Amino acid sequence: MSTTEARPDQAGPTAPPVLEARGLQVTFRGRGTAEARAVDGVDLALGKGEILALVGESGCGKTTLARTLLGLERPSAGQVLVDGKPLAYKSSALKAYRRRVQLVLQDPTSALNPRHTVYEAVAEGLRIHRLDKDEGEQVAAALSRAGLRPPERFFLRYPHELSGGQRQRVVIAGALVLEPDVIIADEPVSSLDASVRGEILALLLHLRDELKLSLLVVTHDLGLAWNIADRIAVMYLGRVVEQGPTEALLAGPLHPYTQALLSVVPDIDRVAPIVLTGEPPDPTRIPAGCRFHPRCQLVASGEAARAGVEVRCRTSPLPVLPITSGQSAACHLLNQS
Amino acid sequence: MALLEFEDVSVTYRSRGADVPAVRGVSLSVDIGHSLGIAGESGCGKTTLASTVLRLLPKSARVTGRVLLDGEDVLTMSFGRLRAVRWAKAAVVFQGAMHGLNPVQRIGDQLVEPILLHEKVFSRRAATNRVGELLELVGIPARRVNSYPHQLSGGQKQRVMIAMALTCRPRLLLCDEPTTALDVMVQAQVLDLLAGLVRELGIGMVFISHDLSVLSSSCDRVAVMYAGEVVEEGPAAAVFDGPRHPYAAALAGAFPRIGDTRFRYAPAGLPGDPPFPGDLPSGCPFHPRCPIAVEACQTESPPLLQMGDRRTACLVVNSSQGAA
Repeated sequence: MSTTEARPDQAGPTAPPVLEARGLQVTFRGRGTAEARAVDGVDLALGKGEILALVGESGCGKTTLARTLLGLERPSAGQVLVDGKPLAYKSSALKAYRRRVQLVLQDPTSALNPRHTVYEAVAEGLRIHRLDKDEGEQVAAALSRAGLRPPERFFLRYPHELSGGQRQRVVIAGALVLEPDVIIADEPVSSLDASVRGEILALLLHLRDELKLSLLVVTHDLGLAWNIADRIAVMYLGRVVEQGPTEALLAGPLHPYTQALLSVVPDIDRVAPIVLTGEPPDPTRIPAGCRFHPRCQLVASGEAARAGVEVRCRTSPLPVLPITSGQSAACHLLNQS
Repeated sequence: MALLEFEDVSVTYRSRGADVPAVRGVSLSVDIGHSLGIAGESGCGKTTLASTVLRLLPKSARVTGRVLLDGEDVLTMSFGRLRAVRWAKAAVVFQGAMHGLNPVQRIGDQLVEPILLHEKVFSRRAATNRVGELLELVGIPARRVNSYPHQLSGGQKQRVMIAMALTCRPRLLLCDEPTTALDVMVQAQVLDLLAGLVRELGIGMVFISHDLSVLSSSCDRVAVMYAGEVVEEGPAAAVFDGPRHPYAAALAGAFPRIGDTRFRYAPAGLPGDPPFPGDLPSGCPFHPRCPIAVEACQTESPPLLQMGDRRTACLVVNSSQGAA
């Protein structure tokens, strides 16, 4: 019998990933201050037809990572790979790439031009990419895929005439009209009303099933991840600290940061909330050792000391968490046993 | 006697010659040392309702009913009496703290102002000491009094807003989406703080949010509002765990319980959008979106009926509960 490596039919990225980050670093230089390492070594893979949730607090670098995957920021080190090939930063190549990878933003009200009709908003991408043959049909198809039916009724409406949920559907239609392979959605429902939220998430799930779209959803909301994501990557201060299949990761989080995040999701009859003190720290001053150690509840409680790893927590940096099909986390306590 | 009592409160805005009813006949009460959550989506009237307590509504709003604060009707108070009641009896924490603070004034100076205005006995020095205590109370080191707002994080600014609301030792705290702009971890810190204040200072709290899961974890009772009316009211955990009104059920389902397989790959939503207050559907205003509506719902508006310690306004639910 031959040795089989990772089996692609199991949970996890099916090879080759549509979109991949390898050792990605993005730094911003401040005015006369230390540089901010917004993304500080990230490996990430998005498989075909997969929904990956990128979870973390504001300032953890999740939006910068998403922007870099879109080609909007250039990495200072590492690579973005598309279908296994490095992303080219020539403007013609980027233009073609951005047709395949579309962005959906948090607030549809500011994403839409208030003086453009729904039709113009959706057709804009087609015109930029000079795909305006049968424009009307393409716009109509995209609107009805996004759940705005009958589409002709929406053509001449302006954003202010639509509800929040309908506006987000217009934004999604604008992404769909270019028939992308990947949609990157940055907090796609956090500005929407509660009852509309579920409808938009159901639409994203439906698009994945119907069009085999891959979705990277950037969010701080673990409930959203439980609703739609196949896999989750948890980011803290520029690094992925834990990743794995949604069920496994949320049922048994390995990293103390994930455990704390999960424990503060408002819900009754849960475990006692682990409320971390302080704010997410500053990417211009990343702590030595494990970057989470100043806020880590296991260091604070002495558990790390009892396990004999506290010195390592404080001094020895962790390697970049590699992509695995199973669940994994970057924590000295875990590498202990 | 309840600390705060809304008695059949209605608010109607006059807009472009038409009457827009924002709140329609709401009766609710909060006792001292207790917290009431008001849940609902944008436009359901929850902020308008809370604004009646300190008469913060624009002139175009017509308010009827009674809003009793410690037994005294706020709506008929003289303006002088109202000024005394604001801050000292009831204070508000608004959403988006970053916009509530003056960016060019030190936070200590901003906190001293209401103390000097409302508690005339205070000298400036005594007021400054009190500011230090208040900051410590909300978990900010007293030495930060000289900080400017931009030197604080979002969570710290929200804490400063809470400290500001507490300056004159109010008996009632009105919090309008106090954690909506905050991260989950910071939200947990602020919710902890508010629950502690209710417990330790014995104040009453009204907490407004669109997130029923936040309310269920931080309030004693919740009221769910739709189209200006209370559609369900009861103990917070009971309403979140076993909502009776179909709209309350949709709100509870919108924030899934992690680990519950019913929510996995099945985000719960409601078709349609909340109605515009100026153009409400006939009968039960929820019927066009309701998954369990019957024919009568199109014409009959359901009364808010008491069942045990809960109230529900739904024809279908109330008839089945009555039969059982």
